Amino acid sequence: MIEIEHLSKFFDETCVVDDVSMTIPGGALAVIVGTSGSGKTTLLRMINRLVEPSSGRILIDGKDISAIPPHELRRQIGYAIQGHGLFPHRTVGQNIATVPHLLGWDAAKVSARVEELLDLFQLDAAEFRDRYPSQLSGGQQQRVGVARALAAAPKLLLMDEPFGALDPIIRARAQEDLRQIQQRLGTTIVLVTHDMNEAIHLGDRIAVMDRAKLLQYDTPQEIVIRPATEFVGELLGSGERPFRLLSLQPLRPYIEPGEAPGAALDVDASLRDALEEALWSGRAAVPVRDGAGKTLGRVTLATAIRQAARPQ
Amino acid sequence: MKIGALSRLAVLILLGVFLARPDWFGWLFTPLTRNGQAAIYTQNSLLNLTLNHLAIVAAATLAGSIVAIGLAVLVTRPAGREFLPLSRTLANAGQTFPPVAVLALAVPVLGFGAAPTLLALFLYGLLPIFENALAGLASVSPDVQEAARGTGMTDGQRLLRVELPLALPTILAGIRISAIISMGTATIGSTVAASTLGETIIAGLINSNLAFVAQGALVVGALAIIVNTSLFAIERHFSRYRRDQR
Repeated sequence: MIEIEHLSKFFDETCVVDDVSMTIPGGALAVIVGTSGSGKTTLLRMINRLVEPSSGRILIDGKDISAIPPHELRRQIGYAIQGHGLFPHRTVGQNIATVPHLLGWDAAKVSARVEELLDLFQLDAAEFRDRYPSQLSGGQQQRVGVARALAAAPKLLLMDEPFGALDPIIRARAQEDLRQIQQRLGTTIVLVTHDMNEAIHLGDRIAVMDRAKLLQYDTPQEIVIRPATEFVGELLGSGERPFRLLSLQPLRPYIEPGEAPGAALDVDASLRDALEEALWSGRAAVPVRDGAGKTLGRVTLATAIRQAARPQ
Repeated sequence: MKIGALSRLAVLILLGVFLARPDWFGWLFTPLTRNGQAAIYTQNSLLNLTLNHLAIVAAATLAGSIVAIGLAVLVTRPAGREFLPLSRTLANAGQTFPPVAVLALAVPVLGFGAAPTLLALFLYGLLPIFENALAGLASVSPDVQEAARGTGMTDGQRLLRVELPLALPTILAGIRISAIISMGTATIGSTVAASTLGETIIAGLINSNLAFVAQGALVVGALAIIVNTSLFAIERHFSRYRRDQR
């Protein structure tokens, strides 16, 4: 758990983070979203002491981080940045092994861990371990960057626009991978982005920042349904709101018994997928199947439309 | 590449044979002599002169490297940043003084021999190493610096594991340039009685014996080529990660 208490940061006279308080529960994926210059990156960098706060404090699992030497703190916290920041003179394997080496793990343990992580990120160890970063594609570099951040199995991972340099298709896959890895490892993640889509797609909690202030910190549903200020509403894009709300609702509770024609949707899809599918194929209902291919029932267009309305 | 390596080896072998048995090459230099002058310099063994020459250049370059790299590291740390202009001025001043002037000024203090030559080469060689070390350290990208801090490296670990290795090819290029310049410049050390290959050249000039001049010059030239290509190969080795880019 991360507790941020009345945190402020001034650079000279300018206030870049203004009295921010928030609590991120353990195992959650919190997204800090805002425009550039909103202070979101500074807030993130104060969590691993790359920036020292002017006032306020941060507790990680109840411990005040100002009492931990910065380099030791950072070895316990994963850190992945836009443009990956891989060491160009070190191979993929050496890059991933950075923090385990700093922590003094023995060679066999490091080697096994590197293999495990390459496997987790679907990179063939024999092929990639001895390559230099310049010999990888952008998507591969990004995955190695996250693998390096996770190398010493940190309980907390900080990510600063980690997908910013990727093209849309690779970005969607990287987001999906991150979700799965987070669920598998139970890592607490704090991710900074300027992209509200990414925030809603990934976040358990979303913090919206503007001009150094934390405007709203809530679940994606609450942010969509009840944006705290006009600015939050603007970030959401007013025309998109029903669809964002639908994308946050899984199909399962809305499955009703009955038949429907045409191709079936997977049960893990969202109501937004069902709406799109029904509209595009001109059907009043779409069948839903589970992972094994068994039909569970159907979801009607009417249900999807009803759920798109703002809850009262 | 293959041809380059072969010709490098050929120059090395030829030089080795010449230094071991200069008398075998007498016929080659006789046409440059007049009135039955000696074709090969025998006052001092050419091998000894070459080894001395190399030792002086190596010592000056080593000392220059340590001082210049140390200075460059110092002024790129946050605490030393304000000394950057001062150290630039000092390194530039070293390059401004012609080595001959340094020799002339140093002899009254240090006496004749190798010492004033060492001083002149050391001062003259500082600037290229210093400037290259600065450029190399400055070329480490902010992303990489940030990542190094973010992974929990201490300042010392960042310098040794990230900054210096990334700056190394550029630093080595500076050392190479400095060594090559010193290789030629060391010959004038013989004007103040340092034992270098300049001795044969000066003897040749005094006695109007072109053969002596040619011997000294050719050996210095061959040494410069060998040192240049060897250091270049080391540079390439340490920058291999930059190749085979996608």
